[in-house]
Amino acid sequence: MSKMYYRELYCGTPARYWSGLALLGVIIAIGLGAAYYMEHNGHWVTGMTNQIVWGLPHVFAIFLIVAASGALNVASIGSVFGGPLYKPLGRYSGLLAIGLLAGGLMVLVLDLGRPDRLIVAMTEYNFKSIFAWNVILYTGFFAIVGIYLWTMIDRSVNKYNRTVGFAAFFWRIALTTGTGSIFGFLVAREAYDAAVMAPMFVIMSFSYGLAFFIITLIAAYIWGDRELGDFRLTKLKNLLGVFVGAVFYFTLAYHLTNLYITQHHGIERFILLDGGVYTQMFWIGQIFIGSIIPLFLIYSPAFEKSRWAIAAASVAVLIGGFFQIYVIVIGGQAYPMNLFPGKEVVESGFYDGQVMNYVPTLPEAALGVAGIAVALTMVAVGARVFKVFPETLED
Amino acid sequence: MSNKSDQPNMDRRKMIGGAIAATGAMTIAPGVILHAASVSDEASAGADAKHRWGMLIDSNKCADGCSACVDACNTEHGLKGHGRPATDAVWIRPVKLKDKQTGRENRLVMMCQHCEHPPCVDVCPTNASFKRVDGIVLVDRHRCIGCRYCMMACPYKARSFIHEALTEQSVNAPRGKGCVESCTLCVHRVDDGVMQTACQEACSKEGHDAILFGDLNDPNSEISKTLKSTNSVQIRADLELNTGVRYLNL
Ligand code: SF4
Ligand code: SF4
Repeated sequence: MSKMYYRELYCGTPARYWSGLALLGVIIAIGLGAAYYMEHNGHWVTGMTNQIVWGLPHVFAIFLIVAASGALNVASIGSVFGGPLYKPLGRYSGLLAIGLLAGGLMVLVLDLGRPDRLIVAMTEYNFKSIFAWNVILYTGFFAIVGIYLWTMIDRSVNKYNRTVGFAAFFWRIALTTGTGSIFGFLVAREAYDAAVMAPMFVIMSFSYGLAFFIITLIAAYIWGDRELGDFRLTKLKNLLGVFVGAVFYFTLAYHLTNLYITQHHGIERFILLDGGVYTQMFWIGQIFIGSIIPLFLIYSPAFEKSRWAIAAASVAVLIGGFFQIYVIVIGGQAYPMNLFPGKEVVESGFYDGQVMNYVPTLPEAALGVAGIAVALTMVAVGARVFKVFPETLED
Repeated sequence: MSNKSDQPNMDRRKMIGGAIAATGAMTIAPGVILHAASVSDEASAGADAKHRWGMLIDSNKCADGCSACVDACNTEHGLKGHGRPATDAVWIRPVKLKDKQTGRENRLVMMCQHCEHPPCVDVCPTNASFKRVDGIVLVDRHRCIGCRYCMMACPYKARSFIHEALTEQSVNAPRGKGCVESCTLCVHRVDDGVMQTACQEACSKEGHDAILFGDLNDPNSEISKTLKSTNSVQIRADLELNTGVRYLNL
């Protein structure tokens, strides 16, 4: 194989680059404004309540954080498992991972009741809390991936690349397991009371992360007028197919185990049959858009070489993944906790026994979208100032 | 609720309790307790590990349509509604139940159950949620970052998030926008030596006597005696949280 040259990414015209960046800046500014508005007035201006305590911002945040760890996959395959086709993509994989994590964390922090007390979260640890562990896992992720990128870019430290690659690989598995375990600790809520939750999050991260990777990679090479070979793209596409299939399998396993446990029949009925908007999101969003359409686009011979099909499949995976997290986070809270087995709640001063309604508001959405914009901005700036993308990726 | 689940495994309980005691405080000599530097220090200043405060709610005595305890709690702690029930703070709430088999109806009040093994404390990243040595579970509102993880973890929906700025607070309970709070078991009264919560006082005044507050560790307290002679239950005893609030005639 000929030698790889990496070069800073310049897109067609400077005007295109700067206007793109400006647009992202505006989206971020709107998101920050929305966060200030929610913080200033208090959370009553959002759709969140004392019953649905985690809303749309959490969906965005978890989605981005989970995707971040998966985005590192390509780098891992390249340096840990020695895949020569993936290796040149390792740098970008690391950059995207950092960007996605930063975007997700921004959303998470700005939705706290007291974001000004972030320093408390950084200095006070309750080691029994998985949340506290996550603070460490997330901070460590930035550090490790940063060093990993360094070993990829700087020839003098390149010999450590494999070691650091291993560390990053394990760290990010821990990170996603940690994120998935947030739900595993909520024993009283039926939707989350499943051991399969943590591995399911790991596999979800593979799928979303790769989808983000593919779609932004295609965009970057179009923007930069560089060559991107079909063979490499097909490889990535096939990998995505495997991950989408695996997520589908885990979803199946999750619901089948739940159906086995009599106490969980209520929540299963809710998600699968009569949960209204959550049922629709599950079947239409998660299963149809997120699994069936991408699998069709990926494996149908008609689209074998079509770049648009690959891009569309990736977008569908992301949309489906977003709905999947929405159903897990919001659907799981909307379904009432069963405090009094065998009894029906006739009256309650706090919505006991009722399915809760949650309507996300515009500011919540604006904050979430700003998280994505932060990720893209970091990628756009990072790719411009560092040698991240190979000059050409032709086969 | 099955009998089995109301008799949680005490060995496991002791072990966990021991581990918590070992990390949180150290007994140098009987009665002399040395606390590890932790949040509970300041707020536990008035607490005495000899006691474990709790309540017993008699469902048969809780009168239909009555809201005396709720009103008293709101006044005591300065909880004011904003006409937005979904986001207004609720520390104590009446619940009316109907048995699906027999059709028997009964009523009770729910509040923070002051668990011995509180999930809210386990999940709180900053140690803002904590349990005093006398069993009262509180939120340190200077430490709470408003992540709401405790609300997700509490099996009893006992907690409220403060969704707006507050005015005219009560000196009994400092509160703050963006933080989480719940029933304090009238800790300000306990620390002043007043052995009656605001809800109990109001309920008795109405002549219902459905709420009994007292020391679960003192075998001679009225609550301990009643617990010994009657068949009380914990709500969701299957979770083995060993709640400080118990129920009669559920
Ligand atoms: S009832 Fe809920 S808030 Fe109260 S101690 Fe138990 S878990 Fe914590
Ligand atoms: S909301 Fe406050 S008390 Fe609850 S877990 Fe978060 S920091 Fe702890």
